[in-house]
Amino acid sequence: MDWEFTQETFLSLVSALPLTLALAGTAIALGAILALALALARTSGIVVLDWFARAYVFIFRGTPLLVQIFLIYYGLSQFPAVRHSIFWPVLRDAYWCAVMALSLNTAAYASEIIRGGLLSVPHGQMEAARACGMPRLMVFRRIVLPLAIRQALPGYGNEMISMIKATSLASIITIMEVTGVAARLISETYRAIEVFVVAGVIYLAINFLLTRLVQLVEFKLSPHLRQPENAAQAVIAGDTR
Amino acid sequence: MNLPLSTAGSLALSVRDLHKRFGPIEVLKGISLDAREGEVVSILGSSGSGKSTFLRCINMLETPDSGSVTVGNETIRMLPARNGKSKPADIAQVDRVRSKLGMVFQSFNLWTHKTVLENIIEAPVHVQKRPRKECIEEAEVLLAKVGIADKRKQYPSHLSGGQQQRAAIARALAMRPDVMLFDEPTSALDPELVGEVLRVMRSLAEEGRTMLIVTHEMGFARDVSSRVIFLHKGLVEEDGSPKDVFENSRSDRFRQFIKG
Repeated sequence: MDWEFTQETFLSLVSALPLTLALAGTAIALGAILALALALARTSGIVVLDWFARAYVFIFRGTPLLVQIFLIYYGLSQFPAVRHSIFWPVLRDAYWCAVMALSLNTAAYASEIIRGGLLSVPHGQMEAARACGMPRLMVFRRIVLPLAIRQALPGYGNEMISMIKATSLASIITIMEVTGVAARLISETYRAIEVFVVAGVIYLAINFLLTRLVQLVEFKLSPHLRQPENAAQAVIAGDTR
Repeated sequence: MNLPLSTAGSLALSVRDLHKRFGPIEVLKGISLDAREGEVVSILGSSGSGKSTFLRCINMLETPDSGSVTVGNETIRMLPARNGKSKPADIAQVDRVRSKLGMVFQSFNLWTHKTVLENIIEAPVHVQKRPRKECIEEAEVLLAKVGIADKRKQYPSHLSGGQQQRAAIARALAMRPDVMLFDEPTSALDPELVGEVLRVMRSLAEEGRTMLIVTHEMGFARDVSSRVIFLHKGLVEEDGSPKDVFENSRSDRFRQFIKG
């Protein structure tokens, strides 16, 4: 391995890191909003909404993300109606096509994770809130959602990691994020090992930090699942009696 | 001062001809009940007699098929639903009436992600929109009253069942309700923890609070309540002062029930 070349490669790839993070961050944020809407549709008990959400999840979970990216980037522009619509400035842009494909895809997985969280909230928790005279929306916002998020967070962490890695597919539609730049460097130098090892290390570093962040949030959100602090300290000090 | 409490106050709660059916089973077959201010009504009955369903219909956690509920001077307006049963006409009205009824559940149902203090101030701050500071001060008084002032920063999972139920009583009281509803408040507790919850309930009764208590605690019903109602197969079988009901019951079913 050529150390000097590896360092140069690292600098080129790191300069593409902001784009990778922007893709992942936007897709995760937009996907989360859509996922919540889908999970609510799925648990609403309204047949039409329920079946729409089921069909959505079936389609976006059942087809490859790459196919979805191709369909959105190359497929939509085939329709004159799309080219003449107000969405065209967005849809002609490879970046936004990638964001859209990633968001739509992650929403399908995340909606099932959120649905699991919503279903895990014990009925009595909602009943107590309703008995206090809380309106439905307030019950959801103050009681159901916080409890559901705590349950969903470990699964959601997985999904976010998947999304970080999935951004590499955007390189196929000309986006110069980390993998895109890596592929260009290889075509210029034919030194696949160094370039892909460095690219891999960069993804590993992002996901290491992301995992830590999710752990921290999980810790902050679940004091009720831990021993009370003074009891825990007593155990550490060996003073259990 | 030997006046029976039942003639003391004005009407706090009035239930008329409540019917409720779950599938083929008619659980309530027309139950009426008037509770005056300061009255403590114990509702007894064997499992499946409909006593919990009756209590849950009062605050519309179960929707009665027909009949009416009046709290204070506000009657919950009902509409006929498509299936021939009824449903509340105005959800906002139901929410308003619920905030006048403090409910205590068999399984406590404290919000697990909030501390004891947060549980108590949740509804006063967010439903009644009272100033947070005032609510906290009132919560501290209530916590001291139910004897768990030192637990206010703990989470429910760190408390014993008896402490959790006392916290749940404080939570219900924090709404300054007109009527307290207790749904088998001691049935989920270890025998040695039952006493501490009953003591709190007894002190509430002595303050003159209006209370409806579904319970299996015969001793408590006999000593503390001003009135005892015995439900059997969805109907009121006995209704009177504890002395009348326990000592001179005309109902064979009731005499059998208290013999165990």
